Amino acid sequence: MTNGLLELFTIFVLAGFVGYEVISKVPSILHTPLMSGSNAIHGVVVVGSMIVLGGAHTGAEEALGFVAVVLGTLNVVGGFVVTDRMLQMFKSRQPAPRGGEARKAEPGDPS
Amino acid sequence: MSRGTAIDLCYLVAAIGFIVALKGLSSPRHARAGNLLAAGGMALAIGATFARSGLAHIWLIVVAMVIGVAVGVPVARLVKMTAMPQMVAAFNGVGGGAAAVISVTEFIGSDAKLVATYKVLEVVFGVLVGAVSFAGSAIAFLKLQELMATRPITYPGQQQINALVGLGILGIVVTILVTSSTPLLWVLLGLSLVLGVIFVLPIGGADVPVLISLLNSFTGLAVAASGFTLDSNVLVVAGTLVGASGMLLTRMMSTAMGRSLPNILFSAFGAVVTATGGEAGDANRSVRTGTPEDVGTLLAYSRKVVIVPGYGLAVAQAQHTAKELADALLEKGVDVFYAIHPVAGRMPGHMNVLLAEANVPYEELKEMEEANPEMSTADVALVVGANDTVNPAARNAPGSPIYGMPIIDADQAENIVFLKRSMRPGFAGIDNDLLYDPKTTMLFGDAKDTLQKLVAAVKKA
Repeated sequence: MTNGLLELFTIFVLAGFVGYEVISKVPSILHTPLMSGSNAIHGVVVVGSMIVLGGAHTGAEEALGFVAVVLGTLNVVGGFVVTDRMLQMFKSRQPAPRGGEARKAEPGDPS
Repeated sequence: MSRGTAIDLCYLVAAIGFIVALKGLSSPRHARAGNLLAAGGMALAIGATFARSGLAHIWLIVVAMVIGVAVGVPVARLVKMTAMPQMVAAFNGVGGGAAAVISVTEFIGSDAKLVATYKVLEVVFGVLVGAVSFAGSAIAFLKLQELMATRPITYPGQQQINALVGLGILGIVVTILVTSSTPLLWVLLGLSLVLGVIFVLPIGGADVPVLISLLNSFTGLAVAASGFTLDSNVLVVAGTLVGASGMLLTRMMSTAMGRSLPNILFSAFGAVVTATGGEAGDANRSVRTGTPEDVGTLLAYSRKVVIVPGYGLAVAQAQHTAKELADALLEKGVDVFYAIHPVAGRMPGHMNVLLAEANVPYEELKEMEEANPEMSTADVALVVGANDTVNPAARNAPGSPIYGMPIIDADQAENIVFLKRSMRPGFAGIDNDLLYDPKTTMLFGDAKDTLQKLVAAVKKA
């Protein structure tokens, strides 16, 4: 049992480092989509909700589990759809952000 | 390979998908693919969970999911782009709520006497953090939706009340750890909700985006705690990923605003007096109002015009009209660009998204650092529905709640034109001296109407 806990704790610590390292130097225009995207990712809580409802024994547990699945599903679908809508705005001009980044290096401005 | 192993492998693939997705979301080129990859990982994880042996109440699960999808998709699809920030808050809140409910349910479902202390600790953490995130997100939603006052809300004895709630929670946590009492867990849930509310109330409207990012990170941690309770690797991995990256993102956002996180979270307590005092006389100061025709002529005969968009532009859905005006000016040979404050609107990147929707070329959008050196050579700074992001108080009024926030130096321009609905202060709830500047002309009204009149005036000039 304690070994199981240690295993989970190991995963927790490593995932913490990965989460911290995986995003770096995010341009400010992507702050909001990134927040929204990670918001969708913690929607994985719906998996936990399913397990809880799937293992419910009493009416109270069923009711709570049901609520949890509804909330978790909202988190997942809402999160992904909102993020996709935000990112769609960049879609039609995909090369533009790159051009913009490259342009930053050049001094001066067309007049 | 047993069914359990196959399911765990699916979870592993999903977890890898989440990590790669986060990586993708932090670069403009891969952001959309990253989001789709995360969605794919999520679908895989959910599908695998359906295959778990001994999963009862499958039809109940399906019904609950159908309800979630039936409500979530239309809301997320139909809501206006301007309301996106509060949608993020709402969907974050429900996630936190789900985590708290999971922890409570697992606790009442297990025989409390036999539960090991560390299990109780996981439950307590999940309930506390999940409920704070839920209640905090709800208040953030109300603030962004302007269903309640957006300024920092303070009341007498605030610090004492906060301390009392904090101590109460601490006491209850310790008691639950010792006694494994179920009724007390409900009390903890209630107090945590209260904590979430009083934690967010004193945070000013302009800081709410950073707050949502912080609450997003909290929800991640609550989900990880549920993962511990349920012995679920994928919950621990995904929750921790979001918890850690969310903390980092929160710090990046507050840095973009030139403020420290503690300053954002706790500044309202000290700043109340300066924010409300000393402005009584300001109401009598005079402002100069112009006509669209005057301003149109001024614009048409300028060499360089800088458009500074803000939330007002988003509310009025005026991004297309703003582009029309810019195009009309370009035709007249005027040099035009947009100066984008990192937190203009309600969220970082809000303006970029809106102007991109109106097909404004990327080259015309300049970020603050790039735009500010050019402000002193601009003939006109056309401030469309922005206020706090050009408020010089951020530079020269140490008592102001926004002191220290970098701003667009609109005051450096030869002329300043404000398109505003009224003299009402901006989201931060503070007055703006720039409105009373002798160089400033005010054009009151809906940003879209005014811009349309300006387009007509420029074309005539």
